[in-house]
Amino acid sequence: MSVIIFADQFQGKVKKSANEAVQYGAQIAQQLGVPAVAVAVGEIDNAELAALGHYGASKVLHVVDARLNEPESGVVTKVMAEAVAKENGSVIVFSHNFAGRSIAPQLSAKLKAGFVAGAIGMPDTSAGFVVKKNVFSGKAFANVNITTDKKIVSVMPNTFSLNPGSGSASVEAFAAGLSDADFRIKTLKVETVSGEVPLTEAEIVVSGGRGLKGPEHWGIVEELAHTLGAATACSRPVADAGWRPHHEHVGQTGFTVRPNLYIAIGISGAIQHLAGVNGSKTIVVINKDPEAPFFKAADYGIVGDAFEVVPRLTEAVKKYKGN
Amino acid sequence: MKILVCISKTPDTTAKIAFTDNNTKFSEAGVQFIINPYDEWYALVRALELKETQGATVHLITVGGADTEAVIRKALALGGDEAFRVNADSQDSFYIASQIAAVAKQEQYDIIFTGKETIDYNGSSVGGMVAELLGLPFVSIASKLDVNGTTATLKREIEGGEELVEVSLPLALSAQKGMAEARIPNMRGIMAARTKPLKVVEPVAVEALTSIVSFELPPAKAGVKMIAADQAEELARLLHEEAKVI
Ligand SMILES: Cc1cc2nc3c(=O)[nH]c(=O)nc-3n(C[C@H](O)[C@H](O)[C@H](O)COP(=O)(O)OP(=O)(O)OC[C@H]3O[C@@H](n4cnc5c(N)ncnc54)[C@H](O)[C@@H]3O)c2cc1C
Ligand SMILES: Nc1ncnc2c1ncn2[C@@H]1O[C@H](COP(=O)(O)O)[C@@H](O)[C@H]1O
Repeated sequence: MSVIIFADQFQGKVKKSANEAVQYGAQIAQQLGVPAVAVAVGEIDNAELAALGHYGASKVLHVVDARLNEPESGVVTKVMAEAVAKENGSVIVFSHNFAGRSIAPQLSAKLKAGFVAGAIGMPDTSAGFVVKKNVFSGKAFANVNITTDKKIVSVMPNTFSLNPGSGSASVEAFAAGLSDADFRIKTLKVETVSGEVPLTEAEIVVSGGRGLKGPEHWGIVEELAHTLGAATACSRPVADAGWRPHHEHVGQTGFTVRPNLYIAIGISGAIQHLAGVNGSKTIVVINKDPEAPFFKAADYGIVGDAFEVVPRLTEAVKKYKGN
Repeated sequence: MKILVCISKTPDTTAKIAFTDNNTKFSEAGVQFIINPYDEWYALVRALELKETQGATVHLITVGGADTEAVIRKALALGGDEAFRVNADSQDSFYIASQIAAVAKQEQYDIIFTGKETIDYNGSSVGGMVAELLGLPFVSIASKLDVNGTTATLKREIEGGEELVEVSLPLALSAQKGMAEARIPNMRGIMAARTKPLKVVEPVAVEALTSIVSFELPPAKAGVKMIAADQAEELARLLHEEAKVI
């Protein structure tokens, strides 16, 4: 038996969320006393793959195929099914990132293996195999039992902090029996948001709302974000108005983020907004209205004009963050 | 072109979340139900736009008891042609996907839309499972879909960027923001929806693969620490020394 983990990459680098999945899977493997085997696809350095050993993988199966640099979910589903068969996988782990959301459910249907999406706790094996996940967009948790022999779990990004060790994984080429007919989706173009931290992986998120009055005022948000090495986000009306791109919209109908620090500037804190950010470890709210509902969900609050407070805060954090 | 849109019912976004029966059941008391926003605003509306611009039949499907009919009628009022209700309480994502796949196998759709996720179970699972059960290519978290003859081009979200992909019909996708603009049903639509076909089909026999043991509410926040507007240095210090996040 073994635990199989999908370790996905972006442009030749293993994603942080993938390292989190490997660490999570390796901990389950240790509990079960079985090896943790990672699976990687596409062109990627051996050294990068061997480093998955830092997070507990003993072996990496590597499908060296340039067509999988932007992996197609159906093909990776097949690769994962082959890996599960080869290594007798009993638990299969993904990150609940974009790739995981796409591949894990397909694998679940293919193997008839029960799947819990977005785990926020280690499985409890005292009675069954029970995994805690967010439901109602973070307003509650559910404990879900997987009742099949093979079990699939995807791990909520930014939930389990990484504790790298010094181990190294052996890397083994893996053919996975792919044929041309398996490739059905053609990637025409990949557009990267260069130099920025991907929002769903960011440890710090600086977010702006309608209180900033217009897109021309986002400079203060970006400067604070840059100083903190943070990603930027926004409330829904801000994205709807086109002040910021849609992929920055967080909330119940946007992206869910769970950073260590979420700084909300000029956002009222409507229930739909909170739903996407309430998993954040520390929340700072800057709002000129002392009655803004966001203060109830905050750890630290400043009542004041964002245009005065934010530049001051940017100066103040420079003492701790030199960039 | 024949399109299927998967419609789920969810509590209104402002609904109070509480549980009964020893924390094993969601308390529906006083809760308003709506069409899951991703299914309505993006999946359904894009399907309707394709119907309007290039001609298509748009079917809707929901897996649920008789109490889901109000929601599916609302979806019909927005412009769907006919609807299926699989008469079963949804058990888990695989159970739901299997029911949808069973109907879709009979009907042979060119495009199957799901939403990115339900805002109650947050599974983001059903779409991928339906695709696998039907052997269709699956494009997840798509923010754009154009169809030209039998070729579809889609934009999908990836970490750190976006991807433009091309695929031949038939396909399954999960829709998110960007795909279309939300619409409001008009009076004519609401009237027409009353007489549109809503077929009730019995479920196929499938075992669920997971079961919910219990629900929990998150622990309450300790309370906010307020800092004066001219004390940004103090906030930075607290974030560094107390919260240890910078
Ligand atoms: C079905 C549904 C789904 C939704 N999904 C989402 C979602 O996913 N995400 C989301 O964000 N919203 C969502 N919403 C919208 C949500 O209800 C709120 O309308 C929205 O979050 C408000 O955005 P805001 O806080 O930026 O704007 P506002 O509510 O207008 O608040 C602006 C805030 O800025 C403050 N302010 C003004 N000037 C200043 C200043 N100079 N300095 C400091 N503060 C200032 C004000 O006091 C106010 O609190 C949804 C709504 C519905 C009905
Ligand atoms: N009971 C249901 N009936 C029909 N479609 C559903 C049902 N549940 C989920 N779906 C579809 O699957 C999508 C993803 O749901 P989930 O996997 O629960 O996040 C939803 O946005 C719907 O399009």
